[in-house]
Amino acid sequence: MTALLENRSVVIVGGGPAGLSAAIAAYEAGEHDVLILERDTQLGGILNQCIHNGFGLHTFKEELTGPEYAARYIARADELGIERRLGTMVMDISADRIVTAVSAERGITRIQASAVVLAMGCRERPRGALATPGYRPAGIYSAGTAQRLVNIEGELPGREVVILGSGDIGLIMARRMTFEGAHVACVAEVMPYSGGLKRNIVQCLDDFGIPLLLSHTVVDIEGRDRVEAVVIAEVDERMKPIPGTEVRYPCDTLLLSVGLLPENELSRAAGVELSPVTRGPVVNESLETSIPGVFACGNVLHVHDLVDYVSEEAAAAGACAAKYAQEAQAAEPAPRITINAKGGVRYTVPSSVSPDRMDDTLTVRFRVGNVYRDHYVSVYYGDERVQHRKKRVMAPGEMEQVTLKRADLLKRPDVSSITITLEEE
Amino acid sequence: MATEKRELTCINCPLGCQLTVTIVDGEVIEVSGNTCKRGEVYGKKEVTNPTRIVTTTVPVIGSDHERMVSVKTASDVPKGKMFDVVAALAEVTAQAPVAIGDVILANVADTGVDVIATKNA
Repeated sequence: MTALLENRSVVIVGGGPAGLSAAIAAYEAGEHDVLILERDTQLGGILNQCIHNGFGLHTFKEELTGPEYAARYIARADELGIERRLGTMVMDISADRIVTAVSAERGITRIQASAVVLAMGCRERPRGALATPGYRPAGIYSAGTAQRLVNIEGELPGREVVILGSGDIGLIMARRMTFEGAHVACVAEVMPYSGGLKRNIVQCLDDFGIPLLLSHTVVDIEGRDRVEAVVIAEVDERMKPIPGTEVRYPCDTLLLSVGLLPENELSRAAGVELSPVTRGPVVNESLETSIPGVFACGNVLHVHDLVDYVSEEAAAAGACAAKYAQEAQAAEPAPRITINAKGGVRYTVPSSVSPDRMDDTLTVRFRVGNVYRDHYVSVYYGDERVQHRKKRVMAPGEMEQVTLKRADLLKRPDVSSITITLEEE
Repeated sequence: MATEKRELTCINCPLGCQLTVTIVDGEVIEVSGNTCKRGEVYGKKEVTNPTRIVTTTVPVIGSDHERMVSVKTASDVPKGKMFDVVAALAEVTAQAPVAIGDVILANVADTGVDVIATKNA
């Protein structure tokens, strides 16, 4: 069964914060044939269930809740008349940019896109990836699932709660469940530091007297049909549980907030090269993947800390996709400089830059692999150090960035690699 | 003279300074442990007048796409009133159509602050 082929300029896969911002930017860059494909019945993505405030401080200089932040972008997309198909699940993207989607309304549709923007977001790391012992009783939820149940469905998943992992969604849910009448016994974090924002530790745990147990993990889950208790133990430097430190917490619910993974099934099937570090596509300065005309942005590219940066990055991807669609053919291959991540810098996005194609400045985002105090972020063009900026503290939970200037690169035509690294002095 | 010391974590940046706020007869006389001015301001406010925005949800009747509508206090309320705000909303139901910014409950828990919708429903 082959559906008729429809031709569109810019097709955006996903209508969350990244997809919305990319669509608006593509339109504003002059490409008005933009189509958003969204599997949910409304736009806004995960923001719809993130009812807490703190979104948009950078973009709007005010603290919005998730739905309010999304509504600003949805209103702009409405104003521009950007077409969107809701309840539409993309099944496949081919290397020649044929997007196959399915919906109850239209059945299977095939769209030949001039440019594709991947904006599928991320997923929570599931229990199966954790090797936690015990049966498979009811009462174990990812923090985001619990968030959806409480905030969208209006259901409380449990009354006596233990949270494993101190990611921001877990912290937010500790407060949320408390407000809804549940008791949260503790948050256990296997690392010696939290991956969540300080603000969330204070306002979601400290405010309610919920203990954060660093260097602790769940070693047993009791209960066959429903969770009855979890056993938490301290871990050593190698993250092995220390015998004798076990404490049993009777509870009916265990929430997991143990990391997010970019959702790249479609990208992988299309043949897009993925980074083993970010698990998102490898991209150049235009946020273009290894497949020409296929761009990526937001949490499908790498997991962000703040939605403001998702919007900013997605706007860049949308503008580049519009340009690609309008040029109607791949640009001549340009010389490319590799950007290397070293010395505590885990990865960079993008991972290469072409001085000929970049704008006057390029934002390179990265994360560090540990907590670093009083370290310098240094940028080397070849062997020459061109940036050296002291940071009081850097932590894995927060994204960092440096700005590269086109003029600097044009002045140094022999540079074949850029290195971003952390230095003690 | 009653002297009290409170330990706090500053939330202004990832540094998360451990602050010690010294209070004598209800007045802050010293904030220590901070590395910048923002820490001092935060420390003082947290012990004298801590406030929070409260966000939660209420059921909505008559919406074709939402069962719950998300809400927030239109401005900060005293931290000690957070549970009063939530309790005051426990029996509140919104009627569709609801637009962002609509008042769902005026002067919640006698705080002088309205609870407003943060979602269209």
